[in-house]
Amino acid sequence: MRPLTPQRILGICALLCGVLFAVCVVSLRMGAYPISVRDILSTLFNAAAGRREEIPVEFWQVVFGLRLPRIALGILVGASLSTAGAGFQALLRNPLADPYVLGVSSGAALGAIVSLIVAPHTVGAIQIAAFVGAASTIAAVYFLGRRGGQLDSPTLLLAGIVAASFLSAIIMFLLTMVTGSELRSIAFWLMGDLTAPPPTTNVLGWLGFLFFVFIVAAGAMYTTSSDLNLILTGEQEAKHLGVNVNRVKFVVYIAASVLTGLAVSVSGAIGYVGLLVPHVMRMLFGTDYRMLIPTAAIGGAIAIVLADTLARTVVAPTELPVGAMTALAGAPVFIYLMRRRMR
Amino acid sequence: MSAGGGAVALPQTARPGGNANLRLKVEQASYAYAATDRSAPKFTLGPASFEAQQRELLAILGPNASGKSTMLKLLAGLLKPLSGRIEVDGTEVSELDLKVRAQKIALVAQESELLFPLRVWEYVLQGRYPYGKRLRFESDEDCLLAGNALAQVGADALRDRWMDQLSGGEKQRVILARALAQQPSLLLLDEPTQHLDIGGKVELLRRLRRLADENRYTVIVVTHELNLAAEFSDRIVLLHKGKCPRIGTPAEVYERELLEEVFEAPLEVESGYSGRPRVILRATR
Repeated sequence: MRPLTPQRILGICALLCGVLFAVCVVSLRMGAYPISVRDILSTLFNAAAGRREEIPVEFWQVVFGLRLPRIALGILVGASLSTAGAGFQALLRNPLADPYVLGVSSGAALGAIVSLIVAPHTVGAIQIAAFVGAASTIAAVYFLGRRGGQLDSPTLLLAGIVAASFLSAIIMFLLTMVTGSELRSIAFWLMGDLTAPPPTTNVLGWLGFLFFVFIVAAGAMYTTSSDLNLILTGEQEAKHLGVNVNRVKFVVYIAASVLTGLAVSVSGAIGYVGLLVPHVMRMLFGTDYRMLIPTAAIGGAIAIVLADTLARTVVAPTELPVGAMTALAGAPVFIYLMRRRMR
Repeated sequence: MSAGGGAVALPQTARPGGNANLRLKVEQASYAYAATDRSAPKFTLGPASFEAQQRELLAILGPNASGKSTMLKLLAGLLKPLSGRIEVDGTEVSELDLKVRAQKIALVAQESELLFPLRVWEYVLQGRYPYGKRLRFESDEDCLLAGNALAQVGADALRDRWMDQLSGGEKQRVILARALAQQPSLLLLDEPTQHLDIGGKVELLRRLRRLADENRYTVIVVTHELNLAAEFSDRIVLLHKGKCPRIGTPAEVYERELLEEVFEAPLEVESGYSGRPRVILRATR
């Protein structure tokens, strides 16, 4: 009997952060402008030490102007989607739940596009609209996915697929009203894409705002992780053990919707990360949510940074949308997991 | 993170003028389902009154749809009685804070499917949940108590096994161990013998009997099993269509006419080897 300790969680998270750092360095190296790992490390080191004058201008521009903001965005999106996926899996008691499969990402995308049409220049409007879209979609899917008062796994997944295609149809309808070059960028963004420029010139402040929202939502979800462990063994049993199930579900519902809205608002609908990363982390480190939420967050960040690096290098000099990359890897694994469960 | 008062095994009742051994008191408790504006109540339970002492094993007996599960939910505090009172250790159950309630009452429900694999010791440690803060990590004391609970049900050897690889009887013991890890004073079981063979049924009831006798638990078992209930319980609460036609010792409850009416079957009551009543089916082919 070796119960989970905070030390063990911190140790594993530190290890994963090391992997994330290595992936980031590799990603920083890749691209049209050649720059060696050594130069990247010295640039990062000098920047951390506050010695900007020792960094060559072109290095500064490539690392801090171009590649690092995109990596930071990738970390944010991956961590958000993966944490949201872990949350939805517990909330719906369905291991195949994920923001993309459930149509929640499409709902968030619809919200985001509506806000782009209605209020294109309001900073933050797209995030709020994406959150509203995500929250209403999951509520609708939740009620459509019930059969005889009980959540039913196949019905739930079907409801998610139907919701996703219905919302995509509305998105297509709205897109026909947009013209020209905007269309291509929105279509690209819908597929999941990290190249969208930030809405303000203050990139650091913008990223800070996004990370702040992530920390609050993921932190709120983390406070319920002991309760989620019990809910996963049965809602009724959790009630018997003293869990306030309705409160926990409400917190997770809001937090997962905020995280999905956050990710979709900056990168479009990137699929399968929220499904696969929590699964891999469960296989590696167990099903305990106190461990799963932080490891899934870091793992999601690793997955997106990796996928984005591949997306912009495999067919260089052109780029694939990162969502196409994750779907290429994710869809087969999803089918494998689904078939294994049906046996 | 500490087990707030967890080391003290069982709280004593010390109500002025009350019976110090009284654990559970049900006073004219009733409940009705589906009392919406459009339809009349589909099912009404009670009002029923009974009491249970420390070291007592009570069986709630009745055919299907007699109100057994509803009664159990009322006792567990999952439903609030429409009228009357249900008290455990002198406090009204439905007014207890959720965690405090889980420290007093443990309910062993009919098993539910596990979503992700879990080891036996992890499952039993869940019983310590009511004693911790919101985000909790298990203390050494929690592990000790979970280990004790496993030992009490003779499932020490199972601790590192996966829950979904246990046999029906093993699983039932582990579920019981989790309830014991809650250190409750009232132990409720909903048809615990349902998936067990006859050996497993006897073993489980012997174990419950011993827990009541040696550890002063009050055990309440909902069951269909007439003969096992007669053999192992101190008193029986008989339910029939939401009413409670009789409460008493097995000998007082097991009357042929009464049982025949309640269970709608031709039955015969005779005295068994232990002197307790035994019910057999009169062959009517």
